[in-house]
Amino acid sequence: MIELKNINKTFKAARRNAGLSEAVKALFKKEYTYIHALNDVSFTINDGEMVGYIGPNGAGKSSTIKIMSGILTPDSGECIINGRTPWKDRIAHVREIGVVFGQRSQLWWDVPVADSFELIKEIYKVDNATFNKNLNELTELLDIGEIMRTPARQLSLGQRMRCEIAASLLHSPRILFLDEPTIGLDAVSKIAIRSFIKTINKERKTTVILTTHDMQDIEALTERILLIGRGKILLDGTLSQLKKKNSTRKTLSVDFLGKISEVSHGMSISKMMDGHAEIVVETDIISVSEALSIISNQVEISDLSVTGTTTEELVVSLYREFEI
Amino acid sequence: MKLYLKYASIILKSQMQYKASFFMTALGQFLVSFTAFLGVRFMFARFNAVSGFTFAEVLLCFSIILASFALAECFVRGFDTFPGIISNGEFDRIMVRPRNEILQVLSSRIEFSRLGRLLQALGMFAYALHESNVEWTFDKILTLILMLTGGFFVFAGLFVVYAGLCFFTLEGLEFMNIFTDGAREFGKFPFSIYGESVLKFLTYVIPLALFQYYPFLYLIGKSDNTLYMFLPLLGMLFVIPCLLFWRFGVRHYKSTGS
Amino acid sequence: MKKYLSFFIIRLTTGLQYRAAALAGISTQFAWGGMTLLMFRAFYQYSSSAFPMTFRELSSYIWLQQAFLALYMSWYFDNDIFDSITSGSIAYELCRPVDLYTMWFAKNAAVRMSRAVLRCMPILVIAAFLPEPFNVSLPASFLSGLLFLISMIMGFLVLVAFSMLIYITALYTLSPLGIRVVATSAIEFFTGAIIPLPFFPQSIRNIVHLLPFAYIQNTPFLIYNGYISGTEMYKSILLQAVWLLLLWASGKLLMKRALKKVIVQGG
Repeated sequence: MIELKNINKTFKAARRNAGLSEAVKALFKKEYTYIHALNDVSFTINDGEMVGYIGPNGAGKSSTIKIMSGILTPDSGECIINGRTPWKDRIAHVREIGVVFGQRSQLWWDVPVADSFELIKEIYKVDNATFNKNLNELTELLDIGEIMRTPARQLSLGQRMRCEIAASLLHSPRILFLDEPTIGLDAVSKIAIRSFIKTINKERKTTVILTTHDMQDIEALTERILLIGRGKILLDGTLSQLKKKNSTRKTLSVDFLGKISEVSHGMSISKMMDGHAEIVVETDIISVSEALSIISNQVEISDLSVTGTTTEELVVSLYREFEI
Repeated sequence: MKLYLKYASIILKSQMQYKASFFMTALGQFLVSFTAFLGVRFMFARFNAVSGFTFAEVLLCFSIILASFALAECFVRGFDTFPGIISNGEFDRIMVRPRNEILQVLSSRIEFSRLGRLLQALGMFAYALHESNVEWTFDKILTLILMLTGGFFVFAGLFVVYAGLCFFTLEGLEFMNIFTDGAREFGKFPFSIYGESVLKFLTYVIPLALFQYYPFLYLIGKSDNTLYMFLPLLGMLFVIPCLLFWRFGVRHYKSTGS
Repeated sequence: MKKYLSFFIIRLTTGLQYRAAALAGISTQFAWGGMTLLMFRAFYQYSSSAFPMTFRELSSYIWLQQAFLALYMSWYFDNDIFDSITSGSIAYELCRPVDLYTMWFAKNAAVRMSRAVLRCMPILVIAAFLPEPFNVSLPASFLSGLLFLISMIMGFLVLVAFSMLIYITALYTLSPLGIRVVATSAIEFFTGAIIPLPFFPQSIRNIVHLLPFAYIQNTPFLIYNGYISGTEMYKSILLQAVWLLLLWASGKLLMKRALKKVIVQGG
């Protein structure tokens, strides 16, 4: 169980202006700006949940993850994870969590992956039986048996990320933090990693908190979404709820013979080519079937598809709505 | 301890992947201290003694401070290169592991190439051993050991303070060099030659003289005060405020973006 | 020339922004210079007659050395240049319409100068107000002061020309670390950065004077404090010019040969 209550965190940064004269001025007087990285952040995550934590760059995602993993101490507020405050009881707390920073490696660069795993076993004091069981399971699920003897620096990004994730799970953590785990990966690796995360969440009941910019990750993995912007939690709900709320628009994609000369109120043409058109329908004004009949009265429809908002569009519209 | 050895073996394995670079760095360490030695040698070609110390005595003093510095640099290197550990995010990783941060920083870097400097220290020590007329009785050997360990701990403390400062600022750290590199460089002579006020500062503020000057006087027989022999132990206490400062710094850790 | 000037200003601005770093650097150098002088004082007290110069002359020498440390530092090498050689990206540099030797030279000189400009004045000003004989004195004469400026620039160029040779050897060996390590120590010691050359035993000094090292920081500082005077001054500056020409010409030549090889390898 993860519980955050009214967490605040501010950073102080020296302001640096451009130009030589400004630099000389700064020699004598320094100006500071305060950045409110987190502003009264509260939420609760239950055991075994899988949560997508999204928001634009600099919104405060990493700061939250870092507070929850005991790296940062907040200015004020309460955070209780499995009954402990991370930054006060760091060592006991981190024993039960696994963290993957997508852009940084935790493997030792110049030695075979297996050696890194051995060292991690020592660091977390994992007993032999658990370690071997976990190792076998993870090597199989992530298909890393063949690259275990290769130094980390010689691995491809996809291979390395699979090893990183395995490394974070060797000590059977109850919570797994994934900070952009699919960044820069090719499609095959992305899919492999997603299905692995799903399995772990389902079979081990590991709580997973995932930050990402890849909306396909969110779509494939998480039911619940937390949206953060400018240090504030703006939305907390399930993906389908959100979609429902924002899915008053449908796009009709039509192939036809003839010419569409008029559309009614609540319909707009977003793309028009010879024999193909894309028409956006506002369903609260006009229903899809009504719109269709208007079109079919004018032309011969040869092919048709109706699409709702994609997650990508949903997020863009959310960002726009909250002006972040 | 077992964990530390595991770390050490991984680091050694990694460093041995770049053998040429390893040996060249060791050579560099050797040469740097060798030129410092030549400097002393040339000065003594012109002057027979300084403030009552002979060439052999100065060499003895030099080799002891150099050896303790080399050992500290070799094993406490993680604190010495701490700005790097912070800026590449390694410290975030350290914080999410269920072990003491200090132990982890210590074992994240072990710079075996610093043995080049140690080698130079040993060479000078052998020469000084031959030239100086110290009678190596039990208490003298004990003094020597205390000086080396005391030096190791004081230098380690200085590296820890340096690292602790990184939590507050990444600028202005250069000033700490005067106490680390500077102490190694100027500590080749017994600290008394720099005058009364420098000696006082190095006794009461930064306790470098506690493991260098006073026990050294006892070692070469210039003083009979057995208290001097144990002063390095007092100097070692310096590590405690340094570690407290470090703990205070960890609370202020800001981590880097992304 | 304009692009090198703007590069210089950018460096200076970035340098200035790090106020604490600049202050820390200056106080470190102050402490360093002070300790060095205290060390020499101990030797001076032991035997002032064995001292090759007056203590005041030495004080000027040490403070000039600290003030212009960045100009003559032995350990500075541009890692970008080494990286571009070992990674092979130097091939791209060759496509640009600039002479590679001149560009490297200018880059090195600019970095050293921008660092020195920030630090030299505060150090010299404070050192001038120290109690005698620990202060920096005025030049031995007006002429010495003038020739010091010329000689300082010459010595600086000799050092940059010398370090160019180290970069160029990397073109031949591809693993420059060893040469770099040895060169750093040699420059540090034989230019008089550890102890001034007049303190060297005469026999070794004679040898050092046959090498370019004696014509880097040694010449200008000794002209300033009057240790080198009269026609000796012109002679030393002339020798600086000779070394500069020699090092520059051999650098250019070796570079040309090495680049031909690079291009052939590149097919």
